[in-house]
Amino acid sequence: MSMMNIFNVSGSAASAQSQRLNIVASNLANADTVAGPDGTAYKARQVTFQTQLMGANASDPTAAGVKVSTITEDQTVGRRVHDPKHPSADADGYVTYSNVNAVEEMVNMISASRSYQNNVEVMNTAKSLLLKTLQMGQ
Amino acid sequence: MLNRLTDALDFQAQALNLRSERQRLIASNIANADTPGYVAREMNFAQALKNATGAGQTASTLAASQPGHIVDTSATQGGTFSTLMYASASQTNLDRNTVDMDRERASFADNTVKYEATLRFIGSNVKTTLSAITGQ
Repeated sequence: MSMMNIFNVSGSAASAQSQRLNIVASNLANADTVAGPDGTAYKARQVTFQTQLMGANASDPTAAGVKVSTITEDQTVGRRVHDPKHPSADADGYVTYSNVNAVEEMVNMISASRSYQNNVEVMNTAKSLLLKTLQMGQ
Repeated sequence: MLNRLTDALDFQAQALNLRSERQRLIASNIANADTPGYVAREMNFAQALKNATGAGQTASTLAASQPGHIVDTSATQGGTFSTLMYASASQTNLDRNTVDMDRERASFADNTVKYEATLRFIGSNVKTTLSAITGQ
């Protein structure tokens, strides 16, 4: 039953996309956090996807799932705002905020949710086809 | 006599098998729509069906009659993999991903309809055979 593998393939993609959505959520939640006690503010995170072959045969390219290979931190310098009254301000009166770019994150979120929906639709179609296959000849 | 009844079914069964493999292939492409460097694959369905039903095979296979002989698996192993092709990118992408979501969605819908058509063919074949058996 080679179509059973579709659930593994699309399921892995949906899981990877939901992990991406999770990262976007934590980036957006931390968009306005300032430098913590360690002196460094929250750094935006980004997932990297990688193909994962899931067929019964390891070289089978027709069942290619997805996994999150790495989560990288954006190393650009955070936003610095002059606010001497802020409790976290440094000696010059600057407060360092996280380097999250809210616009980028929103775009990332929409892309992740669309990809997730695509995979769910694929699974629904595969499910209805399998159910029809079970009723074959009746 | 009986194989006359089942030959048509065999052909449809092979077609159904290939349809489900193509469905899985397109699902893999859709799943990897955001994977950097992933190259979309597509199946040459007509060629795959010819290979599966033996209609396109003219070359004879090597026999392995002695224990020392190496079995030639190129013909059988090739199967559907050998009919897979790489899809070229319709619009180039910075991350070298060549999945075109519009094309994949269209292929997926097309394959779904054809899978169901094959199912109907098998169903009506079975019904015809059954009505011949019951004689009504």
